[in-house]
Amino acid sequence: MTDAIAVEGLRKRFETVEAVSGISFSVCRGELFGFLGPNGAGKTTTINMLTGLARPNAGSIRIGGIDCTDRPRAAQHLMGVVPDESNLYPELTGFDNLCFCAALYGLGKTERQGRARELLDTFGLVQASNRKFGGYSKGMKRKLTIAAGIIHKPEILFLDEPTTGIDVAGARQLRQLIADLHQAGTTIFLTTHYIEEAERLCDRIAFIVAGRIVRIDTVEHLIQPIQEKHVVQIACANTLNDIQGNLSESFPELECKTIGQGLIRVEAYEPVRVGPLVRFLEDHGAEVSEARRMRPSLEDIFVRITGIEADAMRKEKEKAGGGQ
Amino acid sequence: MKLWIAFWNILVKDMRTYYLKPPNVSWGLIFPLAWTGMFFIKSGSGLESILTLLPGVVAVSILFGTTSMLAVTVTFEKKNRSFERLLLAPVPFELLMLAKTSGAILFGVANAFVPVIMALFLADLSQVVWSAFVPAVFMIAVASTFLGLFIAVAVSEVFEAQTFSNFFRFPMIFLCGLFFPIEKLPVFLKPLSYVLPLTFGADVLHGAVHGGHVMPFALDLSLLGAFCLGLFAVSLWNIKRKWIL
Repeated sequence: MTDAIAVEGLRKRFETVEAVSGISFSVCRGELFGFLGPNGAGKTTTINMLTGLARPNAGSIRIGGIDCTDRPRAAQHLMGVVPDESNLYPELTGFDNLCFCAALYGLGKTERQGRARELLDTFGLVQASNRKFGGYSKGMKRKLTIAAGIIHKPEILFLDEPTTGIDVAGARQLRQLIADLHQAGTTIFLTTHYIEEAERLCDRIAFIVAGRIVRIDTVEHLIQPIQEKHVVQIACANTLNDIQGNLSESFPELECKTIGQGLIRVEAYEPVRVGPLVRFLEDHGAEVSEARRMRPSLEDIFVRITGIEADAMRKEKEKAGGGQ
Repeated sequence: MKLWIAFWNILVKDMRTYYLKPPNVSWGLIFPLAWTGMFFIKSGSGLESILTLLPGVVAVSILFGTTSMLAVTVTFEKKNRSFERLLLAPVPFELLMLAKTSGAILFGVANAFVPVIMALFLADLSQVVWSAFVPAVFMIAVASTFLGLFIAVAVSEVFEAQTFSNFFRFPMIFLCGLFFPIEKLPVFLKPLSYVLPLTFGADVLHGAVHGGHVMPFALDLSLLGAFCLGLFAVSLWNIKRKWIL
């Protein structure tokens, strides 16, 4: 069986900047594939090339077995696209927007109206169906944009940062909808900067940094190396100078690292005894406020591989696109 | 896929959303009528001058109506990213752009007949050769629309599109023989007239309304057709080059 998406040596250059530097990957049919990276890593440029909105400088793209390298728009009947910013018509109502998007894929009047009503119901937008899209809240706009992306029941769905800028409840609902689509057999290509979102939803994940894919694997395989580790995070009310060096000298079996103001992360292959650590810190003038065991997560792997602090990436994105 | 469904819905959506809105009415109708009034008063020759003014007014109505529309239906949609929605649809690019421009062509044709209807009450139009007049109106609408498309894809802001449009529109009023015969233009301006599509459309209109045309109708319409094809092809090439990066 052919891959839903197969990319080989894809490159894209904007004047002097190489946005995507020879990436290769494939996505199986029915797979939920995560594309994870910080702002400017090349996620949206990659989606644009895959969906025919940008032309690669080099490399090949096959979507659903169709060679799209020289004909960027050849496989558009197979795909649905939800861009990072809503691109529906502000002067049309929610219902009319969905009907119009369905018409672009050749759906007849009865079919598109039925499908529009069904999706408005699924996304909880029935009450707003006759209101103009321009007057929708950010979360409602996001939901309707996703509904427009799936109105024609695409085989392959591209989701670019689907939960950015919407509230927690809305994001949770959207994640459930993405999971449901995945369950129904849709191939999903998801870009996100929310690492926990990718961890929860994706079968496989690619980390992209500065236009290069630095790692592709299943979530399980990515996390495995650190699952054997024991992690403790200690929070201190005050900041201490050179505490990391002192800890490493006194506890050579532990890997200690200061990860923020008054925040120390301790890792070891054996269970960490918290008591001696806390006593040591307090003897050195620390006011320990909290010490807790941490579950190893994909975020740890992301930080380790990319060297980018996930929290910094999240804040940067939220500053640009609104908080979640 | 039923492509006609996509074509028809793009056309209907544009008609419902953008046309007959106040700015379009002002550019497409009020402005040309103001020009007519100006020339009518200036000529001082009374109602008999209507037949000589009518071709110019019709051509200006089409020119302003169509070119101002494309700044909205194309440049504005590109700016707010909704044009991307169309580019993502499995519709051949040429058909997509024809759907986007068809509304403006129809709007241009409708604009053309507003001064004609008004003239019906003021002058005798029995000698008008409608078999030449109607195709000329249609071809001018197509050429002006594609000129608008050419302008709309060359810029990124709506105000730039309007400014750039005026760069073409205002000289065309004087250079294309709408109100002033080309033979009365200074020698150095005459060649310029013949590289502007409206010159050939206006010639047919003058011929159809009062018999004062310079070239055969078939040649005028063929040259207009060539301009249409050229402008459409250049616009498509520009969109592919600039918008599908």
